[in-house]
Amino acid sequence: MEFAFTDEQKMIRDTVESFLAENSTSAAVRSAMESAQGFDPALWNTLCNDLYWQGTHIPVEYGGLGLGYVELVAMLEQMGRFLLCSPFYSTVCLAANALLVAGDSYQKTDYLAKICEGETATLAWASRSAAQAGGRWDASAVEATVVRHDEQFQLNGRYRYVTDGASADWLVLAARTPNTTGNSGISLFIVAADQAGIQRNALPTMDQTRRQAEIIVENLNVPIAALMGRFGEAGGALETVLDLATIALAAEQMGGAQQCLDMAVAYTKERVQFGRSIASFQAIKHMAADMMTRVEVARSGVYYAACVAQEKLDALNGLHATLVGGVSSAGELPEAASIAKSYCSDAYFRNAADALQMHGGVGFTWEYDVHLHFKRAKATEHFLGNAAWHRERLAQLLLDADQESSL
Amino acid sequence: MKLSFSDQDELFRKEVAAWLTTNLSGEFTKLRFRGGPGDEHMFPEERKHWEQKLAEGGWTCIGWPKEYGGRGCTIEKQVIFFEEYARAGAPGRVGHIGEGLAGPTLIAFGSEAQKQKYLPGIRAGKELWCQGYSEPSAGSDLANVKTRARFDAEKGKWILNGQKVWTSLAHEADYCFVIARTDPESKAHKGLGFFLVNMHQPGIEVRPIQQITGTSEFNEVFFDNAECDADDIVGAPGEGWKVAMGLLGFERGVSTLGQQMQFQNELNEIIRIARENGASKNPVLRQRIAKAHAELKIMRYNSMRMLSGSAWSDGSLQKEALIYKLFWASWHRELGELAMDVLGPECEILEAAPYQLSRLQAMYLFVRSDTIYGGTNEIQRNIIAERGLGMPKEAKVQ
Repeated sequence: MEFAFTDEQKMIRDTVESFLAENSTSAAVRSAMESAQGFDPALWNTLCNDLYWQGTHIPVEYGGLGLGYVELVAMLEQMGRFLLCSPFYSTVCLAANALLVAGDSYQKTDYLAKICEGETATLAWASRSAAQAGGRWDASAVEATVVRHDEQFQLNGRYRYVTDGASADWLVLAARTPNTTGNSGISLFIVAADQAGIQRNALPTMDQTRRQAEIIVENLNVPIAALMGRFGEAGGALETVLDLATIALAAEQMGGAQQCLDMAVAYTKERVQFGRSIASFQAIKHMAADMMTRVEVARSGVYYAACVAQEKLDALNGLHATLVGGVSSAGELPEAASIAKSYCSDAYFRNAADALQMHGGVGFTWEYDVHLHFKRAKATEHFLGNAAWHRERLAQLLLDADQESSL
Repeated sequence: MKLSFSDQDELFRKEVAAWLTTNLSGEFTKLRFRGGPGDEHMFPEERKHWEQKLAEGGWTCIGWPKEYGGRGCTIEKQVIFFEEYARAGAPGRVGHIGEGLAGPTLIAFGSEAQKQKYLPGIRAGKELWCQGYSEPSAGSDLANVKTRARFDAEKGKWILNGQKVWTSLAHEADYCFVIARTDPESKAHKGLGFFLVNMHQPGIEVRPIQQITGTSEFNEVFFDNAECDADDIVGAPGEGWKVAMGLLGFERGVSTLGQQMQFQNELNEIIRIARENGASKNPVLRQRIAKAHAELKIMRYNSMRMLSGSAWSDGSLQKEALIYKLFWASWHRELGELAMDVLGPECEILEAAPYQLSRLQAMYLFVRSDTIYGGTNEIQRNIIAERGLGMPKEAKVQ
């Protein structure tokens, strides 16, 4: 048992941190926010062609670096801290994970190579129904339909909340066989985004550091070769992809929560009222202490979830599963994802809100960066399920299973 | 970063579990899941026997170096031991203050003679210890200790006068480690000494404090010309604060994992009741149960981080260790509230008159102390802000 970063993992984290501190500055983030596609293509090129970040957890045989989910999470934490505006999350955490989990070897060879070369991709699965009842983010949110016509498939439907959907080069689309429900009857396809039958509308968002789109597919014809896995049987795979993406998002949230704390501590140390730095008041110190507690607890949850994610990916690749307390933890993926996301969603939002309060009036301005985190926190909280949704998922495991869960 | 234990460690796990299954039987069966927080007054004699049973099996002080009778177990093996101990429902230890606090302090700061004199009794489970720190006017402000220690050259003994409070197990203990002022003119953390005091002497009176639970785990201890030998001071006079603070480091060790197993047992009982009485269908309670579960899991991961890190070696606390007390204490306090809310109105009905609480009722009441003892939540937040975040100290009252 070694639940700490290796020296190599620390080096990766430090490299990403110093690169982003220099290149994802407040000015750079604001410039990306105002751009048409929401990120700086030159910066994305540097990430992909010089630093090779997008290949981090993609196996070497598909052109990646062959590192693990722990390394990926260490990087995402820094991206969340510095509010990196880029298609990294959509391309790597949604689309590449979908290919790793559901793609056949030809698709992995083709499309992971494209991703490693710097092309962008995303995953579209949820319809507007994902917003029902305050958020519902499992495979049941798939409403687009697919029918088979001889040697091709035809898709129809509307996707919403598609991360970077308007700018991505490639789309992984989920669709269900008509009259199926839940996670049954679901298929995944990988298609070029720019083609007849696909209409993409950027949705203006309150959090301007990451873009969302609506995607309308109308009688979209897709060849057999685009089908990922077996027809109608990708529901489980989709949920695994979403769990992996959920852990990645929680890592970003944890980094963001850390940054909110750092900004608040720095500001309150400098700000003088009543003849003393306001950081010397217990009312401020205790808020900061609670913020640090949330960050460290969040960090523990995210690192653990990253280890479980890696074990899941190893298991999918037929590699040995390691043991915790005598059992493999790969089966814990949904639980670990929900634990991390429920805690991190609350922690990031609470820390952003407290940072804003501790900044006083300037925290309410456009000029200071606090509002960027305040908005990112709410956006990431609701994407892939808010804390309440994930807790309900845990409650089902704990309270509704036939047998008492073996905790 | 790896989650797995080695094959050798997994074998050790089986060994521990098997020993516990075999030995937690017969006269000890009734001790299963007993003697935890809020239940510490139960079966004191049987639990002392159990302590000696553990010692016979070589299961006390497993983390101590072999030269002092320990097993020199790795952190991993200690974690496994505490996990299996709690999983088996083995009773709350009465020897934990000696094993976890007094012993490590002596190993780190004691003279060879002190080690020879005191460690074997702790190791054998035959000599129990208590901790004499808090006083009526030295709670959060621990350095404001007023108990005095005067060296009587004629007798060749230290003479102690004063009062300690909140002393767990003082009524069962054979020895107490006491911080007392050796320099009567000194203030705060200067001029203190760290003493090893025999509890069985006329100069010491122990009075139980009846707590919110109606039971008495805590005591007041009065020192009225109590004595200890000239060599029963650890470190030099004036170094007591350094020794006492060194000891605080030992309080946050591997035993946290065992404590969490205890928490898990409590949460499991709450879940069992919720499924039985239908509280499991209440959406608000479902949220709270899930939150408690999620945070307990993370608590475990946080401890694994604490134990895996290169902490302590440079004397500094890692951030995940700094926040730990605040986090678990607040979590446990909420768990008590959750337990009552899952029980609903049934939470009011006692097991028996006059005031026999169920395990969860006792837990609900007892956990209010978690956020107070060992540094209140408010003191913890000061420490986190000052040591973890470098925020300025409070302005001193002149």
